[in-house]
Amino acid sequence: MTSGASGSLVIQKLSKTFATREKEVGALADINLSIVRGEFISIVGRSGCGKSTLLRIIAGLENDYEGVVALDSQQICKPGLDRGMVFQEHRLLPWLTVKENVAFGLARIPLKEKERIVQKQIDLVGLTGFEKAYPFQLSGGMAQRAAIARALVNRPRILLLDEPFGSLDAITKIQMQQEILRIWELEGTTMIIVTHDIDEAVYLGQRVVVLSSRPGTVKKIVPVDLPRPRDRNSYDFTQVRRAIYKEFFTEEEQPFIYAI
Amino acid sequence: MTVVIRQGQLQPAALKLKPVVWRLQPESFKRALQYVILPLAILVVWQGLAQAGLIQPLILPSPTRVAATLWSMLVSGQLEKHALTSILRVLQGFGLAALLGIVLGMAIGLSSTLDRTTDLAVQVLKPIPPLAWIPLAILWFGIDEPSKIFIIFLGAFFPILLNVITGIRNTDSKFVELAKILEVSRWKFIRQVVIPGALPAIMTGLRVGLACAWMCVVAAEMIAASSGVGYLIMDARQLSQTDVVVVGMIVIGVIGKIMDDLIRRLEHRLIGWRVSYQGE
Repeated sequence: MTSGASGSLVIQKLSKTFATREKEVGALADINLSIVRGEFISIVGRSGCGKSTLLRIIAGLENDYEGVVALDSQQICKPGLDRGMVFQEHRLLPWLTVKENVAFGLARIPLKEKERIVQKQIDLVGLTGFEKAYPFQLSGGMAQRAAIARALVNRPRILLLDEPFGSLDAITKIQMQQEILRIWELEGTTMIIVTHDIDEAVYLGQRVVVLSSRPGTVKKIVPVDLPRPRDRNSYDFTQVRRAIYKEFFTEEEQPFIYAI
Repeated sequence: MTVVIRQGQLQPAALKLKPVVWRLQPESFKRALQYVILPLAILVVWQGLAQAGLIQPLILPSPTRVAATLWSMLVSGQLEKHALTSILRVLQGFGLAALLGIVLGMAIGLSSTLDRTTDLAVQVLKPIPPLAWIPLAILWFGIDEPSKIFIIFLGAFFPILLNVITGIRNTDSKFVELAKILEVSRWKFIRQVVIPGALPAIMTGLRVGLACAWMCVVAAEMIAASSGVGYLIMDARQLSQTDVVVVGMIVIGVIGKIMDDLIRRLEHRLIGWRVSYQGE
């Protein structure tokens, strides 16, 4: 179990290319980003802009890159318990119960202690009573909660979320966003969420990193200084959202169409 | 299915074709009937052709003749003796194949080196039908039980081996990533991710293996056997007792089905979660 030590991430001049059969595809180019301990950062961009690749590099799942990616001054080159990850699919093991799934990441701890930690995490994500359920018995939102519990059980320094609510319906999505905020406020773990949902990015992040496409570069970093809980329909929220929208969409002139 | 007919309401066209009597039967009865109707029809046609003298008793005896022979063999205890002998042989051969197949399959699946080393041998041996092994089996093991069990073992071994390897190789890469992030030890990973994930394929291998083992019984019992269903068929053929041959075939078919059902039950108990996992 890692101590909840620091959790500051430094990325400098990060570049990554994928070699396909014909040519080299630039996925990321010259990314520079600093994330402070306890921050909640949203990374937003189109599909294929490299945001997932960026997250996977931080997670250590891809390590063929150029540049510096360092967690607390240590270069990241492989996955580890200090960086937890929640994927778009819950990736719960179908043959284990919720309790066993959450405990999957815990190792070499006396049974009683394990039970206590696991139960605490399950309560934290609001799944009390579902300890013995199997993943196929859970709804999408509940399964993701279990996945989040599993990711947090080792108290990672950073929690990486790769479009975690992408496969949920709109209402469950909003509920889960509130949930993850609640967990963040309780635990204080540094969180980085990657999403293509601009609303989600603004609602959750203290800063929103806008990535351009192919290759992915940091177009803009928009600070979100709104007090919590944030009102999605307030004027200030809409202002921030508009600033980000502008990065992706330009105002189109609506042509007049005459019809007789 | 109840249909409320209101004045002027359109009835689906299909409903009009089914008489009320049919519609009023319970669903379970209708379903049972569907299972039974084809075999019954075949039996009726078969009996009809035999009674009309259109097929000679030597070529294919009538169902009634077969049933009579079946009954007399059952009563005399003959059938039981032969069936049990064969089942015992199959279980021994299959058991050995399952043990070796699973152990070897896991080793090969988990180690690329071992996979590359054994690949050629497996690929060359696999297509050789168990029947072709009979001369060697006799030379190596004599004409007693071991040689027959060897043939049955060969029939079951390759399906099991290959399915186990496939099951292990096809461990979902998503779980591999997960295990890396959670720094799960290799042993725990194999125990909690690879093996449960491979179980569906392993069970398929066992089912196919058992079916193959049972099919090899006839071939195996061609090696100077004096009992068993395969021997029964071979011996009856010598004596032109076609009815006994058919009885033997039916027994093989029925026992085969029962064995398959048993494995299916086991499969369901072990991997009940699979049914719902398919959707992912």
